[in-house]
Amino acid sequence: MTFFAAEGLTINFGGIRAVDAVSFDVRQGEVFTIIGPNGAGKTTIFNLISRIYDPTAGRLIFEGRDITRVPPHRIAAMGIARTFQNIELFEHATLLDNLLLARHAHKQSGFLGEMLFLPSVRRMEIEHREAVEKVIDFLDLQQYRDAYIVNLPYGVRKVTELARALCTAPKLLLLDEPSSGLNVEETEDMAFWIEDIQKLLGITILMVEHDMKLVSAVSDRVLALNYGQPLATGTPQEVQSHPEVIRAYLGG
Amino acid sequence: MRFLFKTSYEQDIRLFRDRVAAGWYALLALAVVLLPTVLSGYYVGEITWVFIYGICGVSLMVLVGYTGLLSLGHAAFLGIGAYAHAYFLHHGFPWLASLGLAILISTVCGIVVGLPALRMTGIYLAIATLAFGVIIQEVFTRWESVTHGFAGMAVEKPVIFGIPLGSDSAFYYLCAALLAVTLWLTRNLLRAPTGRAWIAIRDSEIAAQSMGVNLAVYKSIAFAYSAALMGLAGALFAHKIAYLAPDIFTILLSIQLLLLVIVGGLGSLHGAVFGAVFVALLPPIIAILRDSIPATLSDVAGTTGIALVGTVGRVIGDFLKKPGVEAGIFGLILVLVILLEPLGMYGRWVKIKLYFSTFPLYKRNTFRRQKSYMRSERLR
Amino acid sequence: MTGSGEGAILIRITQPSPLSPLSPCPAACGVSTREPPGACEQPGHLLHPNLQSPAVPILARGSGTRPRSDRGRKLTTFLQLTLNGLAVGCIYGLVALGFVLIYKATELVNFAQGDLLMLGAFVAYMAVVLWGLDYWVGFLIAVVVIAAFGALLDMTVLRRVIGQPQFAVVMLTIGLGAMFRTFASVTWGSEIYTLPTPFSGVTNVAGVTLSHQYLSIVAGTLILCGVLYAFFTHTRLGIAMQATSQNQLAAYYMGIPVKLIFSLVWAISAGVATAAGILLAPVTLIDINMGLAVALKAFAAAVLGGFGSIPGALAGGITIGLIELYAGATLPEGFKDTAPYIVLLAMLAVRPQGMFGTLGRKKV
Repeated sequence: MTFFAAEGLTINFGGIRAVDAVSFDVRQGEVFTIIGPNGAGKTTIFNLISRIYDPTAGRLIFEGRDITRVPPHRIAAMGIARTFQNIELFEHATLLDNLLLARHAHKQSGFLGEMLFLPSVRRMEIEHREAVEKVIDFLDLQQYRDAYIVNLPYGVRKVTELARALCTAPKLLLLDEPSSGLNVEETEDMAFWIEDIQKLLGITILMVEHDMKLVSAVSDRVLALNYGQPLATGTPQEVQSHPEVIRAYLGG
Repeated sequence: MRFLFKTSYEQDIRLFRDRVAAGWYALLALAVVLLPTVLSGYYVGEITWVFIYGICGVSLMVLVGYTGLLSLGHAAFLGIGAYAHAYFLHHGFPWLASLGLAILISTVCGIVVGLPALRMTGIYLAIATLAFGVIIQEVFTRWESVTHGFAGMAVEKPVIFGIPLGSDSAFYYLCAALLAVTLWLTRNLLRAPTGRAWIAIRDSEIAAQSMGVNLAVYKSIAFAYSAALMGLAGALFAHKIAYLAPDIFTILLSIQLLLLVIVGGLGSLHGAVFGAVFVALLPPIIAILRDSIPATLSDVAGTTGIALVGTVGRVIGDFLKKPGVEAGIFGLILVLVILLEPLGMYGRWVKIKLYFSTFPLYKRNTFRRQKSYMRSERLR
Repeated sequence: MTGSGEGAILIRITQPSPLSPLSPCPAACGVSTREPPGACEQPGHLLHPNLQSPAVPILARGSGTRPRSDRGRKLTTFLQLTLNGLAVGCIYGLVALGFVLIYKATELVNFAQGDLLMLGAFVAYMAVVLWGLDYWVGFLIAVVVIAAFGALLDMTVLRRVIGQPQFAVVMLTIGLGAMFRTFASVTWGSEIYTLPTPFSGVTNVAGVTLSHQYLSIVAGTLILCGVLYAFFTHTRLGIAMQATSQNQLAAYYMGIPVKLIFSLVWAISAGVATAAGILLAPVTLIDINMGLAVALKAFAAAVLGGFGSIPGALAGGITIGLIELYAGATLPEGFKDTAPYIVLLAMLAVRPQGMFGTLGRKKV
């Protein structure tokens, strides 16, 4: 069964073809990275997978099912989570609330039960909290639990984005430029976390990245894009030494 | 300075943070219960307005403060609740049934208004609700078979299960109890996934969707719940005002309700209650000041011999007696609150509490955020 | 003012509620507005302002030739209604223009626009009637004074609330509007005043009475819009205004004096509102609440046209004006005020961004 595949994915914005017949597949348990210059359509592909945009052509398959026309709010329940390039946290809520919200896809309480705050709802709240606390421990966010996001520094917000995505208990995690804006130390931490997520938590990762060191360190396979079109697919070494990729993106 | 030592997740979910907080609220409840025994009927009546406005405030706080959907026509729901309740009472329905139907009708209208709102954002939603408010006001005027149009509609006093509750104190207790129930229900929703979903919609719709929040459903729930509360408030409003007319539920009333949530403090239930206190008690206070300021200042002038004080008092008194001044004072306070204390009365209250609890280590910049630039709300 | 039982309810301002029964002619000629059009034959009283809605002009019984046929009369009435609707719509369009200008630049909705209109009309009244100046001089003075006031408002008050949520700032302008109304009430009292203008004549074209008042409104609007259009498209300042509206921080980096631009936008907007007020004054007569009803309809007009589009504001205004007139003449009573809103809701249901607006979406 295909874990995840994009087939002939295409989208036009007005006259511009942002993504042009991109096909790739992601095997379960691997880290798959998409690289390419800015404007290559990488984030657009993520937006297509999260169903924020509708593709003009092409298909998306997840766990053997066609998810091309699934409404955006169903994606989380199916097991796909994502982080956003320009942080999309809930600014006026605490970090804890942000993470608890990520459990929404696993919500089982009804409106009336919540309104009366039945014991079953109370129990479920505690369960959600426990799940969230595991992620907080994993990413060392304990001290920021009750802080409002507006007051947090950029690095912490990046980690919170990751935490929030993890709290949805995904099978496929989409990371959009996880290391952008982070210094060398923080990027190393991120590399370790990605490794842990893959090996300890068993989550498949689909990533967009610019930092080639990070890409080489954690990726199993890489896809290079340019102007919405695929250039090369393969292991990091193969792609990095591909002449087209060097000409379009890596320079040299 | 008290430290909160958390030992279980229960503490974050509980209604009251700890025993001490619960104690203070119990004291407040006691005060509310004992008030009618010490105050005269007029004051009891004025405080009943606080309760009714409190329910309105909670309703708007849920919609505007927590879900971020601005509504400029919410007085329409108040009117729908009021007229529906009065109509059913006239036709002999028992009080609870009439109330239930009024709330139901108001909720349905809320969902109806909410449906087109799903596609609209920000300012467009505001104008749509404004249009709705104007149209409903017209309906109140023209649908004479139900609302009696300009002739108005008298509302009888409440009688629940045969017990008449029309006296000042009985109605006071009724409204206080309903406000308490409203606060409890809303607080439950806010600490549950529904409340978090609302906040998510306010802060980032796209991220909310990625987390699994069905925008359409939760926006509709917000509208429905808000309209339901307004319907309840409308029924109580009808009893209090005793005579309904269509030109009560104007856009000015909607704006006054919005003023309530802003001055009270956007984003918290406490803010709704604080705002209700402000809006309900300011007009009587102005009325009292209108006469007392010239009187006291002229007394002071008499005793100290400074005639200027007396003239100042007279000028202020004359100014307060002019028509239309009340609106100006409301406007002035609204402007001052937004300029000087954007967090509202509740925000200032929190700051004061923090000051005393951390004295003398209070830092004024605890609540100051870095200088912010205008963030475009056209793209949300 | 505040009764005991109702003490807590309402902001009891002396606004004639939009639905209160029609009042007698405010110019005190003694003829009720329920009388047929033109019944008030005082010189200069071209119409009975219906306080329900500003400028629901009733046709003056002109001395032109009466069309003999019924069909001819219907056509004349239709043309008359159209002209009146156009004039009313131009007023709405001008005020909507003010809304849109400020919104485009600062993303605020200035609910005090109508009250600036009212203040402008009062200043013109003071200049022309109390100080005896020429109409055009009074016009100019009023525009300059209120424009300066608008800029001052921005510099002192609005600048302090940058960064706050849009909703809070909208409420701020509502509060300011209430303060302006109270100021006007205290300064000039709650009577109704007339503004003498040089346009009190009428022309007759094929049985249709063209009042110069309405023609002046239409002409004034066209001139004003032309000037503004030229300003925004062909001057650096206009382009700078567009830049600041889209990204304030980047505009700063480009060396654009953002704060000055905002004040300028407010000044222009206030000036436009004043012009609208002075053009409107002979039609509805000057009183404290003239701005409120206009502002509500103008807001609807701005949204109808697509908030953020200048031609849209004008188009929306004219549409609302025409709808109001046609509905008032053909539909049963009560639809006159609500028909524009019903049309607005219908438009928003079908096309949420209005006629000329664009639907933006955040790029993530």
